[in-house]
Formats: sequence, C-alpha cells, structure tokens
Amino acid sequence: MRKLPKVDVVIVGVGWAGGIIASELAKNGLKVVGLERGKERKTEDYFMVHDELRYAYRYELMQDLSKETITFRSNEKIRALPMRQYGSFLIGNGIGGAGVHWNGQTYRFLPYDFEIKSKTIERYGKNKIPNGMTIQNWGITYDQLEPYYDKFEKMAGISGEENPLAGKRSSKYPTPPMKSSPAMKMFMETAKKMKLHPYILPSANLSQAYTNPDGVARSACQYCGFCERFGCEYGAKADPVVTVIPVAKKTGNFEIRTHSYVRRILHKGNKAIGVMYTDVTTGEEIEQPADIVVIASYVFNNVRLLLNSKLGRPYDPATGRGVIGKNYAYQVMRGNAIGFFENKEFNTFAGAGALGVTLDDYNGDNFDHSDLKFIHGASISLTQTGLRPIANNPVPKGTPSWGKEFKRQSIKYANRSLTVAAQGASMPFRHHFLDLDPTYKDVFGDPLIRITFDFEEQDRQLALFLATKCEEILKQMGADRVDANKELGPYDIVPYQSTHNTGGVIMGDSPDSSAVNSYLQMWDAENVFVVGASAFPHNSGYNPTGTVGALSYRAAEGILKYSKKGGPVV
Amino acid sequence: MSPQDDTKGNENVSRRNFLKKSGYALGGLLVGGVVGSLLTVGQRQAAPSPAPQTQSTTDYNQALMYFRPDQFRMVEAATERIFPADENGPGAKDLGVAYFIDHQLAGDWGFNARDYMRSPFFKGETVQGYQGRLNRREIFDIALQEMQNYSQRKYQKNFADLTEEQQDEVLRAFEKDEIKLTTISPSGFFRILRNATIEGVYADPLYGGNKNMGGWKLKNYPGNQMAYTNIIEKDEFVKMPPKSLKDHLHT
Repeated sequence: MRKLPKVDVVIVGVGWAGGIIASELAKNGLKVVGLERGKERKTEDYFMVHDELRYAYRYELMQDLSKETITFRSNEKIRALPMRQYGSFLIGNGIGGAGVHWNGQTYRFLPYDFEIKSKTIERYGKNKIPNGMTIQNWGITYDQLEPYYDKFEKMAGISGEENPLAGKRSSKYPTPPMKSSPAMKMFMETAKKMKLHPYILPSANLSQAYTNPDGVARSACQYCGFCERFGCEYGAKADPVVTVIPVAKKTGNFEIRTHSYVRRILHKGNKAIGVMYTDVTTGEEIEQPADIVVIASYVFNNVRLLLNSKLGRPYDPATGRGVIGKNYAYQVMRGNAIGFFENKEFNTFAGAGALGVTLDDYNGDNFDHSDLKFIHGASISLTQTGLRPIANNPVPKGTPSWGKEFKRQSIKYANRSLTVAAQGASMPFRHHFLDLDPTYKDVFGDPLIRITFDFEEQDRQLALFLATKCEEILKQMGADRVDANKELGPYDIVPYQSTHNTGGVIMGDSPDSSAVNSYLQMWDAENVFVVGASAFPHNSGYNPTGTVGALSYRAAEGILKYSKKGGPVV
Repeated sequence: MSPQDDTKGNENVSRRNFLKKSGYALGGLLVGGVVGSLLTVGQRQAAPSPAPQTQSTTDYNQALMYFRPDQFRMVEAATERIFPADENGPGAKDLGVAYFIDHQLAGDWGFNARDYMRSPFFKGETVQGYQGRLNRREIFDIALQEMQNYSQRKYQKNFADLTEEQQDEVLRAFEKDEIKLTTISPSGFFRILRNATIEGVYADPLYGGNKNMGGWKLKNYPGNQMAYTNIIEKDEFVKMPPKSLKDHLHT
C-alpha cells in the first residue's frame, strides 16, 4: 500500500459537515486533505438541471446503488435484504454531498430536544417514557449551541423571520423571509385565526443577494421550482460547493481528492493514525496518515466506517451496551392531508425548496402531552417547492390509479390542490440500530450497513394526531374536499419519505451512553471526530441540516482546541 | 394585453435584474455561475423560433431501440389504456409514450445498471422492496409474452387487437395478480408499466415521449422556465407557453 506524507487533518466526505470543518481549519492554518468518494461538482453542471426524469426519477446526483447500498429488516427475527432500488431515502454523492440536492429548509431544534429526557421526566414523570424508548440528553443545551446555529445561518445567508415558539436567537436572520405565495398567505391567515403561531419557513434559498462573512456573494432565488434532488444553477441555494469549499480552497491549506473512497480508519492504541482509501479510478489502495481524522460522510457510512475499522464499541441491542450503531432514528412523514379546491387554481408549478409557512404549536413539548400516548411532535407546514408533473398527480381518495378517470382527475387537480404536512419527530428505541450485514457486500467486498427499524405505537399515535391537525387547517382554508392520511403502517422502504436518517454515533455527556462528546470527539479515540446527523440521539420534528451545520461549527472549534492542546476537549 | 404577454414582459425585466445580481463571487473572483449562458438564452428567445414539427413530417429520430414491432404495438395499446386520449387532449399513444419506454429499456434503466443486483436473492417482505434477479428488460420480455398468452387464451386474439374493454380486463388481471405466474410478479410489472407511462407523458420531450410538450399542456405546466420571481406572489393562475430543455440548449 502506497503511503503518502502525513497531514494535520484528513476529512472523510466533503459535504456540509466536511466542507464547514475544512473551511474553519484551513482558515486557521491547519493543512487539511478532504477525501471524497464521488466526483467534482460545480454550478456549471446544472445547465440542463430542469429535468425531472433525470434528477428526480433516475437519481442523477445520488450514490450508485450497484456499488453500495444498505440492507434493511423490520426486526431482528427476519433476514435483512438489500435496498436494491431507491425509495424511502436518497443518499448523496460527490462534492457537496446531500448538501447539493437538499431543499434548503433550515431550522433550529428546540431547547426541549437537547434535554429531552430530563424535561420529559420533569413535566410528566418517568412513566411517560415507554419501555424500550432510549431517549437521552444530548450533552449540550440549546443555549450552548446557539452561537454555532448563528454562525451557520450567517454563512449560508438564511432567509427567515422569528419563530414565536422557538429558543432565543442572538441575532436576526441574515436575510428577510422569502416571498409569500397566495397559498402561503391562506395558510398564514387561517392558522392565525385558529390561534396558532405560523411563521415563514427559514430558507437557504436566499430571498435577496447576499454576501456572507467569508466574502462569498450569492444571487437571489428565482423560484424556478427545482430544488430537492436537483443542484441550483444560480448558486442561490446554499450548498457547500458555493459557500464553504471555495473559502477553504482559497487559503491554500485545503486539498480535495475526489474519487477517493475511504474504507478504513487506521488506528494504534487508542488513537487513529490515518485512513486507508481506494482511488476508484485506478483501484489502488492508499494510506493517508494524519494527526486528526474527521469522519464526515452520511449517517450510514459514518457508522459503517467505524464498524469496518473496528474502532469504538459496537452497540449490542441484547444488553443495551456499546455505542456504535445505537439510537438509529428516522422521521414520521405520514401525518398529512391534501385539500382539493374546485374554484381556485394555484401557480404551484413555481416555488423554491424552502418556500413555505410553518407552525410549531404541535412540535416538541410546546403542547401538553399528559393525555396523549406519545411524546414530542412535528412542525406542520404548507410548502411550495414547485410541483413537477411526473410527481404531481393528486386525485381524491378512491380514484383509480390509471385510465380515463385517473387522467381526468389528475389533470383537473394538478393546480387545484394543496398539501399540509407534518414532519414528525422520531424517538429512538433499544431495538432500532445499525450494524454490519453478515451477508451482503459492497463493490470492494466490505460488509454493508444493516438497518433494523420499524414504526412504533408512539409513531402511529403521533401520525394520527398530526394528520387530524393538518386536516383541520385545510378545512379552515376552504378546501372543498380534504383527504387525510391518518394511518401509519409498518415502515416500508419502498415509498420516498425523508432523507433525514439520524443516529448511530450519538453525542452525550458520558462514554457509557454515547460515542462522542459535545464537540463530536470520540470518547474512545481522542483524535477522531465523527460529524453529522449520526450524532443526533433522536430526531426532532424538523429538517436536520441547521443542526448538522451548528454541530459542524462546534466540532471545528473542538478540533482547533485539540490540535493545540491534545486530550479530551470537554 | 393578454395575461400571457404581461407575464412575458415581467419576466424580461426579471431576467435583466437577475443578470445584474447573478453569480456568486469570492473576493471579486467569480467562482461559478451560469450568467453568460443565461444571457445567450435570453437573446436566443428574441430570435424567431423554428416552425413546429408537424405530424406529417417523417421524424428520422424516432425508431425502435429495444422492442420488436409486435412488442411495441402491445406497449402502445397498453399505455393508451393507462393514459387514454379524451376530451382533455392526447393520450399515451399520440404523446409517444411507447417510444419513451422503448428508449428507456435500451439504456441504464433497462439493465437496472444503478440498482444493487448482487446475490444472494431471497424472497423478502413487501416492506423490503423488489428482491428479484431479473432486470427490467427481462421483466418486459416475459410480461409482454404472458400478456399475449393471456389474451389469446381468453379472447383468441392478440392484445393489440382486443377491444378497449378487453384490454382493460387484461391489464386489471395483471394489476390485481389475478393471473398466476412463476417468473415475474404480474402486479410488479403493472406498476413499472403504469409509472413509466406517467413518466413518458410528462418527462421532457428529449426522452421521446411528451410529444411537442403535449403532456405538459394538459396540465398547463410551463415546462422549465428560468424564473418565476414575478409570478410567485400572483393571485391569478398564470398560463404561459411551455419551454423544454431544448430551449435552454445553445451552441
């Protein structure tokens, strides 16, 4: 194996987490190498991006599943089988990672989230937490994380207005909220009449031209309606390629190597000594020694890399001991409702990934759960992300899925329907976890990651409650007919739901119950930082990227501290 | 001034404003952006557009890449039942959906090139998704033969020669798994066919379906426009002639 000269820091994966850390460390003089398994991406790639088939249905920007996928089973009694085709979630690839194909909805988690266990017990008593639910505090409070949220929002230029039911902000959003469409105004006015607290959704799509503190200038969103699953041809949607990566490169301290697939963290004693990767263009295996290793790939590969490298203590669901793979969580996206309007047409073909109105009256612990059979909740939103014609075929329940009647109804309602949807939180359970699959391998012969997960009674109750709320709002908005999705079946990997997978390398205040500390530094290997939504002990009722960004800035600070003094940084 | 003209006017203003503000720069250095190209697109729109192609002209870009002609006729008939011509406008046949599916099968999609197709194969739970070893080409070959066999058994005719009601009955037998096959899942095939039909109606015309953007016109979908900044707040529904990716391509 060819051994390269040692560098200060090697980063695995150059998406939001890797890009933020690269820019912060490189600005401070550390020599950083970023290893990215995929290819280079730039704004010029997106001349032909308004192509729903290629990007949304053939997954142009996503990981090639023929080379690597995940396996899935609902519980430990059945055999896990590979996800052979995309469905439930989409895995990014290439420079910028999932930060390229995201929508740009940029929230902060609630103060409740970070202290969920103590706050739940404090208000409802120990018995409120059902047997097997493994919620725990994050080892950090909202107030401690606030400065890092602020930093991320200023870097990305988030457009928004104050959320009346959230934690305190140290400063306003850097840009004003996005424009309001008629549908958004209807939702806003209706929710206010219902004594709820709606606000315009915080957006990384840029309501106006913006220059960030790093001197990166970007133009305003054009509301073209092609965000999620697409790259932005304007550079208006904040993504790592148009924000943090050029800043890191400009220092001269950051080198990106694309097509470099990291397969092992190399370690000796209780420290990493570098990484082994395959140059996928030649097949050559290369060793990159480094003083500090940052693992910043997607949730699944963060966990897989640690397990394949035998670094950290693997989680054992039988005993509840061990930490790598623990507390895998997802999201409950089925609590929603669609309203059909006979006499109103909306320009819903136009939109932006993070254009919408949201309310948090039923999120976190903002409402009383004493008589409810679940904890936490969801943000409820009306979004206008741009309805594209292959996907947009709304028909009233009971309409056949093909033939004359399907055609008539789907055409009629294409511009005459609005959806109000809840993004439900996902609580961890002892028997929901990630480990290595015993059978299926990737293109290199390394084991795939295996997901063991299903929806619980908590999730079914949550979906039912939320769908009812969404239904009420749509009725008040004047829809002539409202169909609500109240029933949450078993977790099914086939229909798309959400690319908000979390956990597996969770943060906390003790090595007994968590894998990383509040700087995302591994308890078991002090020069390894594992960054991303893999650090979430549970998933909240919001999009996760704002919190991933905040944690990345905090991790960068921890790495800088560590590079000077060594030892645990907490 | 019609609402349409009004929109166009606003859009030009928007494009000019946009060009002034566009691009993202780092310390004065432009690190990317498609400003130059947008300018060209803007200018190009001012030029007269070529006369639309009519049905009577032979389209030398259109022939079969994968299907045999008999398979093509079956797919054309089946997709027309899934998305029939009616008073709203053209159906799958006139929109070229069977060509779309033929062309898709000829490439990556037909070979499941980006799907995980490694062994071992086991029958899974429904919630675990497709676990078969056949690729889409093989599934279509088998399914079309089985559709033909079923039509012959039941009506003594080829599928393409059945009445519309009989064709619907055959399709429903596949959709509801009323027909028993050991090789493929009839309902699984029906789902692929149904979803590919919708794709062929509404995907950009460059893929061979959605002929002359006829699918988009059914829904008043404007195709891909560069900007909706000036209509996003508008109360009234804005109709505009659709644009395809071809309109964004300049040499």
